[in-house]
Amino acid sequence: MTLKDKLTVLAFPSTAKPPTTADPAQLAKAIAALKEALESEIRTPAPASLAQETPPESFSPIGTPNARPVKSAGRVEVAAGAVTPPDAPALKDARTDALTRRITAIHLPQFAMERWLRWCTQHSQRPPEDLPIALASEGAHGPVVYAINRAATAAGVHIGARIVDMRALCPTLRVEYADIGGDQAALGRLMLWMRRWCPWTAVDGAAGLVLDTTGSDHLFGGEAMMLRDMEARLAGLGLSASLATAPTHGAAWALSRSGAVRDICTPAELIARMNALPVRSLRIDGATVQLLQRLGLKTVGDLATVPRISLARRFSRAGLAQNPLMRLDQMLGRLAEPISASEEPPRFIVQANLPKAVQDPTPHLPALCDALCAQMATSGFGARRICVTVFRTDGEVREISVATAQASRDATHLRKLFDDKLEKIDPGFGFDLITLAATVIEKLNLQQSRLDGESETGAALAQMIDRLSARLGAKMITRPRPHPSHIPERAEVWATALHAPTTAQSPALKRPIKLFEHPEEVRVLYAVPEGPPAQFVWRRITHRVVRFEGPERIAPEWWRDMPGTRLRDYYIVESQTARRFWLYREGVLGDQRGNTPRWFVHGVFA
Amino acid sequence: MPPKTSTDLLRARAHNTQIEATLAEVFSDSVTDGASTAFALGHLKTGKKPVLWVQDRLSRKETGRPYLAGLPVGIEIIHVDVSNARDLLWTMEEGLRCRDLGGVIGEVWGDPAALDFTASKRLALRAEAQNLPAWLIRHAGHPNLSAARLRWRVSALPAMNNPYDAHAPGTGLWRAELFRARWRETGEWVVHHDKDGLHFAHGLDWQTAPLQREAL
Repeated sequence: MTLKDKLTVLAFPSTAKPPTTADPAQLAKAIAALKEALESEIRTPAPASLAQETPPESFSPIGTPNARPVKSAGRVEVAAGAVTPPDAPALKDARTDALTRRITAIHLPQFAMERWLRWCTQHSQRPPEDLPIALASEGAHGPVVYAINRAATAAGVHIGARIVDMRALCPTLRVEYADIGGDQAALGRLMLWMRRWCPWTAVDGAAGLVLDTTGSDHLFGGEAMMLRDMEARLAGLGLSASLATAPTHGAAWALSRSGAVRDICTPAELIARMNALPVRSLRIDGATVQLLQRLGLKTVGDLATVPRISLARRFSRAGLAQNPLMRLDQMLGRLAEPISASEEPPRFIVQANLPKAVQDPTPHLPALCDALCAQMATSGFGARRICVTVFRTDGEVREISVATAQASRDATHLRKLFDDKLEKIDPGFGFDLITLAATVIEKLNLQQSRLDGESETGAALAQMIDRLSARLGAKMITRPRPHPSHIPERAEVWATALHAPTTAQSPALKRPIKLFEHPEEVRVLYAVPEGPPAQFVWRRITHRVVRFEGPERIAPEWWRDMPGTRLRDYYIVESQTARRFWLYREGVLGDQRGNTPRWFVHGVFA
Repeated sequence: MPPKTSTDLLRARAHNTQIEATLAEVFSDSVTDGASTAFALGHLKTGKKPVLWVQDRLSRKETGRPYLAGLPVGIEIIHVDVSNARDLLWTMEEGLRCRDLGGVIGEVWGDPAALDFTASKRLALRAEAQNLPAWLIRHAGHPNLSAARLRWRVSALPAMNNPYDAHAPGTGLWRAELFRARWRETGEWVVHHDKDGLHFAHGLDWQTAPLQREAL
């Protein structure tokens, strides 16, 4: 393959803000919308003038109500006046901004059933097509239908009904239990896999995904081609999907559920398209849909014609899922609703599109590293952590990341860090897309090295730590740092060398050169219980104490240790074989904190 | 200073030039003895640069970790835990590639198969090329075939008297036997270490003669 096959994605603009779905913000927006609606009611003169032209509606408590004046144009004007805020230029700009995004919603209506069928196929137990099958979940009064296949639909089984009723209706119905948690996890993995099309993706409900495809479509030949590509690839995974692209999340959601096949909606036709949709397209719950239908509001257009102030008053305390006004605002872009992806997409990312699925990413890595480092060099950044992600053909994503001790954009060095790691990536049945992203970046300016070739910044040291960390694991490379504590094992902290700064060493007391990780208990003979040892047995060897120094008493740290922790009396002893040990006795006899004190070897002297 | 090429090394060998930094091995007669560690550490002149200290699993469990408060003042270490000798040798080689280190110390337990003549020769050549001292501390090992240029056997001697306490041990003394050396005479010394560095004295007359200071 040549370099032309590889497609380099440009750096994502840093202006993209991390999405927030905090409730207080929405509340504030709702309050603002309410205030705005009140003001527009007061300020708009249109209703008053209209009221003068048309005869006022007479109130008729008994009998049939008077026919409403058929002045649809006038009513639309009134509604528009009430719904749309006053034409302040700033607000207008904000609205056009809100409508410039392109959101793609994907609805997977048969996700649970298709996933179950795929599992059966993998285990060679695929049932015949004409056998009615239902997946059940636990309901309040016994199991209820959660998902059904086409044969079951034809037999009259419907979702939400009790299994016993459906068995009466269709005796041949095969019932399996649904794996709802597994479905959610699979949807989460599929959501990550959808990042091959755009960086912002999120799970949307139980069987839906939402993608922010703003600016991504041209990489796939336009929106229509992109949607066709998505649908084809999802079909390759055995998933039937309905997709739609629209300027807002709400509109895309509505069109993917009740629009045409691969529907695309432009900002100009947004209001007209939305007006024709039924009210259940507003992402509100069943009770609210029923309420709106009882009120005679069948479509979104009907709802939009109702004066805004009335809706705001009626649904002032309703949550988002019960509030048609806020949902309408979200749909029409008056209320911002960013895609809430779990993490912000990396600023520097490159990818290689492969013409066919391969198993080994190694040959593609050098070119990717070069491209990534070139990108970072133009912006003056270096990577602290880079991540290779492979998008497998079976709808899964696998990734491997390495970290560096110092920000680096040295392509050779970064590639070397992956040397032994890429073998551990699980390629499945192959993958056809590799991305390399700098997930943690730092500002890195050019630095002049000294003329004699010596580096001042310790770049060579940092690169060595990177290589060791990449192969052995970052936890294995540590640097000790003195810590203010009297307890010997707490007097130093072993921090990972990747992150530890260099610190000065404090002047020391007479301390052993080596310390055991866990003090080893010894059997001791002594002349007096609170005195030094005379002889001890350690690791099955008897040592006779010739000379000793001590005791050095170290008290427990009462602010940190458990109550009842005993003090330690440390002795430096020299044995008859001229070896020097650091022993301690834990506690003294009669300190009311246990029985006879025990002895331990804690370290050795040189 | 750039690393030396193989031509430089061969030329130095032909002219019998003494090379400043190379690979050395230390053996000790008992595994629970800090003498070999302190002896290797005393040879390093690190300046401000850190020492890469690699320990395999058994060395760490049996002989303990280096303790910062007990090391000579001014030594800064980067400690690496590895599980086997193969990783240990790889880590030491990677360390000897780096010019910002003050030295490399590796602690090996026993006689692993990975530590053969070839592996030690690689370490020795790399240490000489980078001019970086490398020390292999061989706990419970046997002095079999190796390309280390200097091979020491270190054991503990009774310590000096403590001037302030007649019952207490003073500065530690070691017996160091150089049993294989490439560029110098072999021999046996009584050694101790203080803040000025290592002091070598001949074992026979160390009590009567004043301590003879010898820069190694």
